[in-house]
Amino acid sequence: MSTTRRDFLTVAAATAGAAITPELTHMHQHEHEHQAVPSDPALRVKALESLLVEKGLVDRAALDALVDTYEHKIGPRNGARVVARAWVDPAYKARLLANANDAIAEFGYVSKQGDRMLVIENTARVHNVIVCTLCSCYPWPVLGLPPVWYKSAPYRSRVVIDPRGVLREFGLELPEDIEVRVWDSTAELRYLVLPERPAGTERLSEEELAELVTRDAMVGVAKVVPPPAEGKI
Amino acid sequence: MNGIHDMGGMQDMGPIQYEKDEPVFHAQWESRVFAMFAATSAWRRWNLDAFRHTREVLPPIEYLRASYYEQWFSGLLELLVGRGLVTAAEIESGVPAPGSVIATPPLTADKIPAALTNRIHANRDVPVPPQFKVGQQVRARNINPVGHTRLPRYARGKIGSIDRDHGVFVFPDTNAHFLGEKPQHVYSVCFAARELWGAQAAAKDCVYVDLWDDYLEPA
Repeated sequence: MSTTRRDFLTVAAATAGAAITPELTHMHQHEHEHQAVPSDPALRVKALESLLVEKGLVDRAALDALVDTYEHKIGPRNGARVVARAWVDPAYKARLLANANDAIAEFGYVSKQGDRMLVIENTARVHNVIVCTLCSCYPWPVLGLPPVWYKSAPYRSRVVIDPRGVLREFGLELPEDIEVRVWDSTAELRYLVLPERPAGTERLSEEELAELVTRDAMVGVAKVVPPPAEGKI
Repeated sequence: MNGIHDMGGMQDMGPIQYEKDEPVFHAQWESRVFAMFAATSAWRRWNLDAFRHTREVLPPIEYLRASYYEQWFSGLLELLVGRGLVTAAEIESGVPAPGSVIATPPLTADKIPAALTNRIHANRDVPVPPQFKVGQQVRARNINPVGHTRLPRYARGKIGSIDRDHGVFVFPDTNAHFLGEKPQHVYSVCFAARELWGAQAAAKDCVYVDLWDDYLEPA
């Protein structure tokens, strides 16, 4: 590992208030003695951006556009619209399950990550849940960037060995006779769970249905909850 | 590599930390790291497998301590220097080396919509015959490569069945180290939860793992 990297991580560890090993302590002091680069992660990232722009390696407007795309344009609303369409249009659902890339592209949703999309359907007998135990693979085109819990050790480690316990932690208790399928995204295939359409939603429009669909339901750690019955608050 | 990143099946990592109404980025610098990685990847000096490996080789204690985008930043620095886009001296000084040529960025804002459709592209349209058939019983090989691999430890030596054949993809174990793409078939392999974890697992449950031909043998 390069000195630069180690310096960065030393600072990261120190920032986190963690105990520092003797070697890291030395590196840390070394950095204070010859402080050429600001130690705060935000400042170090800013310094790198300036360097890359000055060298002509990146275009600052392109960075702004990338951030804007993933903050505002690509997110779980995309997936929710796909799910709602599949609920109301059996022909669309058939296309989605057979060739998810093409069916999702009908909405114009494309993004990095999502080389090959697969949609897996929850039924009365089968519940699906997705994970990436090795890193953080996630269906960006339809869900945007993953939440922190999805990328973190507790979820990644446990959902394959104790899926029912993990789902219980999310508030989802599954009966014993339901088959739980965990999909570990170890290759360049990206999975989206097609949740079950809740009962009592027969009169809702496609747009209203999309409002009910959550990110968590499309990861498979929740079910889609029906809206409160008419006449009740 | 049998690293800390290969955490499927580990226990005692604590409860899941769920954040309601979580923002896409928790600090502005995170979003800049994300964007810088995407923009510099357009130079095509590395691939996603190589990037993943930069995070895997972090010492385990640092892997667990660092936040996600701290891991990304550290990996980005490693690739920028290791693949010759920036020198370590330039990172230290924060300015281009005297006399260095100013490049033209390959990714500009107007090209982003097209770049997004241009995805990862790890699948290859080459006629490589599959080694296994849908429905066939297979065993994940008991291998312990010291470099990058996408065969998780919990599946090694276990028997499953080929659920579907996804076609031909580049092989991460060589691609991550710039040793060639070695294109081959990838399958979803279905492992019964009890095959992986024993009697404590529910009888009907299963785990699907996407595995390449080189990770499998007939069972």
